[in-house]
Amino acid sequence: MKHFSVQGRSRFWWTMSSLFILILVMLFVSLNTGVVQIAPNDVIRTLVGLGDERQELVLFDFRLPRMVLALLVGAGFGISGAILQGVTKNELADPGILGINTGAGLAVVVYIFFFQSSMASISGLGVYILPLFALIGAFTAAILVYFLAWKKGVNPVRLILVGIGVNAGFSAALIVFQIKMNPQDFTKALVWLSGDIWGSSWSFVLALLPWIVALIIYSLYKSPVINILNLGEQMAVGLGARVERERRFLLLLAVAIAGLCVAAAGGIAFLGLVAPHIARRIVGPKHQQLLPVTALLGALILLVADTIGKNIIAPAEIPVGIVVTIVSTPYFIYLLMKTN
Amino acid sequence: MTLSELEKSHIEGLTSRFFRAAIIFICGVAALIVSIGLSVTLGVTDIKLATVWQAVFVFDPELTNHQVIRELRLPRAIGAALIGSFLAVSGAVMQGLTRNPLASPSIMGVSHGAAFALIIALIFFPAVTNLGMTFASFAGAGIAVILVFAVGSFSKGGLTPVKLALAGVAVGGMLSSLSSAFSLHFQVAKQMSFWYAGDLSGTNWLSVQLLLGAGVVGLLLALIISRAVTILSLGEEVSKGLGQNTLVVKTLGVIVVLVLTGAAVSVAGTVGFVGLVIPHIVRFLVGTDYRLIIPVSAVLGGLLLVIADIGARLVNAPYETPVGAITACIGVPFFLYLARGERSGL
Repeated sequence: MKHFSVQGRSRFWWTMSSLFILILVMLFVSLNTGVVQIAPNDVIRTLVGLGDERQELVLFDFRLPRMVLALLVGAGFGISGAILQGVTKNELADPGILGINTGAGLAVVVYIFFFQSSMASISGLGVYILPLFALIGAFTAAILVYFLAWKKGVNPVRLILVGIGVNAGFSAALIVFQIKMNPQDFTKALVWLSGDIWGSSWSFVLALLPWIVALIIYSLYKSPVINILNLGEQMAVGLGARVERERRFLLLLAVAIAGLCVAAAGGIAFLGLVAPHIARRIVGPKHQQLLPVTALLGALILLVADTIGKNIIAPAEIPVGIVVTIVSTPYFIYLLMKTN
Repeated sequence: MTLSELEKSHIEGLTSRFFRAAIIFICGVAALIVSIGLSVTLGVTDIKLATVWQAVFVFDPELTNHQVIRELRLPRAIGAALIGSFLAVSGAVMQGLTRNPLASPSIMGVSHGAAFALIIALIFFPAVTNLGMTFASFAGAGIAVILVFAVGSFSKGGLTPVKLALAGVAVGGMLSSLSSAFSLHFQVAKQMSFWYAGDLSGTNWLSVQLLLGAGVVGLLLALIISRAVTILSLGEEVSKGLGQNTLVVKTLGVIVVLVLTGAAVSVAGTVGFVGLVIPHIVRFLVGTDYRLIIPVSAVLGGLLLVIADIGARLVNAPYETPVGAITACIGVPFFLYLARGERSGL
C-alpha cells in the first residue's frame, strides 16, 4: 500500500514536471511563429532586451499577452470541467453541458445583434464590454440551472438534466438571433462561439488574470472536498462534510472560472471535458493531484491549439476552439482505448 | 407485506403502466393525425379542410391549392412526423444502450457524421442530387458509428456504456469541429447553420419514400430489440446474467440508430432536442420499460416535430424559423418541469 502511494506521488511529480517543460518549449515555439516569423535567436535577443523595435512590438504587445491568456484560459477550462465532473459524478459533464457556454454565447450574440455597427470596429471600452456580457450570460445560465434544479437540495442527476434543458433553450434562442444577423456579424459570432482568443492586450490580461489565478488556487485548496463528495452522499455526511453547501460552493467556483474563461476566449467546448479525463488516466482520481495536472494539461493543449490555429492557414486564423477539438481528440481516443 | 402481495402489487403496477402507455399512445396518434391535418391547412395561404379532402381524394391538377397540398404540404407534414419519431426512437435506444441520460443522436456523433458528409458533399460537389445527399448522409452517419463502435470495442475493458458515450462525444466533437472549419473557410457558414438547426422546407415525396423505407427497417428492429434494451438498461451484469448476448443487442441497437438518424438528417439536417429530450419525457410518463418507451417515443416525437413545423412556418411568416428552435421552445419548459419531478431514473 505504501509502495503504491509513493509510486503514485512520483508519477504525479514526473507528470507535472514534464508538462511544465512541454509548456516552456511550446511557449518558445509559439513566440517564433505567426504571421511575422522571428528566428529563435532573435526571440532570445528580444527577450533580454536586445531586439529591434518591430520585434519587441510583435513579441511583447501581441504574442505574449495572447499566450498568457491561452495558458490561463486552458487551465481554467480544465479545472472547471474537473470540478463539475467530480461534483456531478458524470463523466460527460463540462461547462458546456450546464449551459454556461451557451448562456455566455447568447449574451454576446444579443450584444452583437443590437450593437451591430460597434462590432466591426471594436476598440477602447468595447474590449471589456463583450467579455462583461459573456460573464453575465454565463452566470445567468448557471443561476437559472441551479434554481430550477433546486428542490430541498440539488441532486446531481437533476442538475445535469436541468442543465441540458436550459442549454437547449438557450441554443434555440441563439439560433434565432444568429440567423437574423447579417453575414459578417454572423461569422464573427460563430467564430466567438467556436472559441477564439481575441482580446490580446496586456490590459485585458490584467483585467482577467487576478481573478482566474485566485480561483484556480482556491480550487486546488478545495480539492480534498471533492474526494469526500465522491465517496457518496451518506459517507460524506458521515465524515462531517456539509454536502449541500460544499456542492453549491464548488459548483459556483466551477461556473465562475468557466465564465471568466468564456469571457476571454469564447465557447471552447471540448477542453473542459477532455483535460480532466486525460489527467485522470495519467494520475488517477485523487483530486489533489488531478486538479493541478488538469490545469497544466489544459494550458498546454490550448497553447498548442492556438499556435496551430494562427499558423496553419496564415494569415487567416482557425478559431482555437476548433483546433482544440481536432488536436486533442486523437489523444483522448487513444487513452480511452488504452485504459480500463 | 408478504412476498406474494409484493409480487401482486408489482404486476398491478405493470398492467396499470401498460394501460397508461396505451392511453397515451392512442391519444398521441389521434393528436398526430389532427396536427398533420392542421399542418396541411395552415401556412402562408390558409386552405380549407374541404379543399384538403378534395386534393387528396378528387385531385384536380388545374387548381393551385390542390397542387400546393399534394406536392408541398402533405409530404412535408408526413415527413416531419416521420423524422420526429425517428429521432425520438434513436435517442431512446441510445439512452437505453449506454445508460447515460445525455445520450442522443448528436451526443453519439451520428448526426455530426451525417452533417459532416453533407457539408463536404455540398462544398465539393455543388451539383449533388437529393439521392446523392441521402447516400452521403448515410455514409457519414455510418462512418461516425463505425468509428465510435471501433473505439469502444477495441479498448481494454470492452464496450462499456461510458466508453461508448465518451467515444461518441469525442468523434462527434471532432466531426463537428471539422464541419465548422470547412464551412468557415469556404464561407458557407450561414447556409450551413440554418440547415444545422433543422430545415424541413425541402421535404418532398421522394424524401417521404426514403424515410418510409428507413422507418420500416429501423422502427421494426427497435421494437424487436425493445425487451433486450430494457434488460440491458438495468446493467451489463444483469443482462449477461440473464444469458443475453450484449454485443448482438448493442450492434442491432446501433443499426437502428444509424438507419433512423441517417435518414432523418439527410432530409432535414440536424434537428436537435427531439432525440435527447423526448425519451426522457416518455420515461417520466410510462416508466422504464422500453417496450412501452419506444412506441410512445415514436408517437410523441412525431407529434412534437409536426407542431413545431407549423410554428416554424407561422411564427415569422413568410420567413421560416429553424424548426429546432421551435421544438426547444415547446419542449424545454415541459422537460424542465418533469426533470424536477422525482422519477428521473433511466
